[in-house]
Amino acid sequence: MTKPWDATSEQLLRELAPQVLGSVARRFHDFAAAEDAAQEAMIAAFTQWPEEGVPDNPRGWLIQVACRRMADHVRSEIARRSRETAVAAEAETFSPTLEIEANMDPDDTLILLFMCCHPALTLPSAIALTLRAVGGLTTAEIAHAFLVPEATMAQRISRAKQTIKASGVPFRLPSPHERLERLPAVLHVLYLIFSEGYVSSIGSNLQRLDLAREAIRLTHNMKTLLPDNSEVAGLMALMLLTDARRAARTGPDEELIPLDKQDRTLWDRAEISEGIELLTAALSKASVGLYQLQAAIAAVHDEAASAEDTDWPQILALYELLKRVAPSPMVTLNHAIAAAMVYGPAKGLELLRALDSDPRIAGHYRLDAVRAHLLEKMGDHEVAIKHYRIAAARTTSMPERNYLTAQAARLAGD
Amino acid sequence: MKYMVMMNTMKAGQGVPAWPKKDLQAHIAFMMGLNKELHERGELVSAEGLSFPNQAKLVRAGKDGRPITDGVFPESKEFLAGFWIIDVDGPERAYAIAARISAAPGAGGTPLNMPIELRPIMSGPPQEMV
Amino acid sequence: MKYILLMSGTRAGVQGYHAWSKQDIEAHMAVLHGINEDLTASREFVATQGLADPHEAKVVRGEKNGVPVTDGIFPESKEFLLGYWIVDVASAERAYAIAGQISAAPGPGGKPTNMPIEVRQFASHESKSH
Repeated sequence: MTKPWDATSEQLLRELAPQVLGSVARRFHDFAAAEDAAQEAMIAAFTQWPEEGVPDNPRGWLIQVACRRMADHVRSEIARRSRETAVAAEAETFSPTLEIEANMDPDDTLILLFMCCHPALTLPSAIALTLRAVGGLTTAEIAHAFLVPEATMAQRISRAKQTIKASGVPFRLPSPHERLERLPAVLHVLYLIFSEGYVSSIGSNLQRLDLAREAIRLTHNMKTLLPDNSEVAGLMALMLLTDARRAARTGPDEELIPLDKQDRTLWDRAEISEGIELLTAALSKASVGLYQLQAAIAAVHDEAASAEDTDWPQILALYELLKRVAPSPMVTLNHAIAAAMVYGPAKGLELLRALDSDPRIAGHYRLDAVRAHLLEKMGDHEVAIKHYRIAAARTTSMPERNYLTAQAARLAGD
Repeated sequence: MKYMVMMNTMKAGQGVPAWPKKDLQAHIAFMMGLNKELHERGELVSAEGLSFPNQAKLVRAGKDGRPITDGVFPESKEFLAGFWIIDVDGPERAYAIAARISAAPGAGGTPLNMPIELRPIMSGPPQEMV
Repeated sequence: MKYILLMSGTRAGVQGYHAWSKQDIEAHMAVLHGINEDLTASREFVATQGLADPHEAKVVRGEKNGVPVTDGIFPESKEFLLGYWIVDVASAERAYAIAGQISAAPGPGGKPTNMPIEVRQFASHESKSH
């Protein structure tokens, strides 16, 4: 029989999606076609289940529909290539549903994550494909989240699958050595999904998909599959500790509110506790990776009762560690901010000078934004205003541009 | 990364160019082919043609809340004839697309070499300010 | 009927905007934000975009040896597109009214900026918006 469609049904459907895809892809050895078939099964479920109720065996239902689509696909491929009747006859009688269901492998979601985050793909392609194949989101939902037409997103995903096909990646879990090598790419994609999760309420009466929550869910699933991996746990902690501040980050007109001005009563204490608990468990293992360190920094901020209570020396020490573990211009930039908070703005500005000759970041708006912030603290308002304006002109985020412009205006008005 | 690609190529009073029919068709076919390719690559967000400059209005706020619509455009103004919004991997690809558009065929099938303006669109998610 | 409402300015104009007081900038943003919310509620909103600063603008004119010919040099007087709204409305008058509201958004000292907003109808037979 069936159960009525309710608030948990959509979540259930999304959780089942990669399991269905994994099973079908493994059986038919054609990831691209299986992914299309799984998508169609999802859409069929989204259309029918709210009316007819959720089937008793929802996964079996989805697999059955996906298999029928695959059989149709196989049949039309055969018709197109005019193969022998014997093979065509086999396709007619093929009914693998039970067999597939029985052969479900919990590692399938992990296999899919590695596949969809394959280094051969560009990051936007990997993000889109991961959201569909692993996240179980529809093309329309993903398109809406990234403000492109559905047809464009469908093409992007289709081409991503062609790239995977061309790279010859088999549908199996990478070897432990490969996993170690490729895990950073997967974590990076998940982190990008999280940080792309900027939801503007303008222009849509529909709920804009919460990418941050999707990223947390996918990372959580990954953590269940790799429970001993401290970087996965670190990433999860980082997401929770950052997401906890979400309600305080933007004002009523979508204006940005910086960390030191946020109303901390709006921070989600439950999320912070969960993040800290995860982080503590992760840090107790031997190695310390970049997500754990970033999570630790977020934890120090989140534990401060007020901006003034922030343990900046702790944060500085963590950035020093981060500079050794995962050096990058952005890390140097953030390290400079922390150094400024501990030793004064002159120290921070001194550290920024090293970045002026780094082609990866020279001319990047954040360099000017941080410089402006430190110059303001030093009392050099005129030059600070100049750098706020340069930063405002260089960012591609409207809320950031508005914020930086407002800072310049604020200083100019004093 | 999202860009706006603009054809700011029309002067007041201009309309459909006075080319032979086959040249007009070649031009349209070129644009349609480009749009198809952009779509297939998952790069096309939108492609729009605008009505001609003689229908453009310059509007200002009026005193009583009603708009004033008889604003006069400067004689030298270059009107937007059409634009694309593209979502591409990086600036090189954006320039390449703009160069393609610029080389669209005109009279006699010769590439027009139109000046095509390219601007990033404000689309990045905001970073939390510390 | 779809219209695009274009807000343009010279580089000098943009710099002038940057010199407004913080309250004036915030008041201006709040009014524009309110217009967007109203358009969303009335289901006339299609899209709005801000464009990156004019100094990020590039012009591409064809290619030489397979490389796009780009430059970023524009006359001082050039009017750059700063942002646009795309609305789907029942009449041209409605499009003008919305443009008038945008033009009336407050500037320095809270007075309406009265900036001219160009209103252009989409060419329906060529429109390829998805």
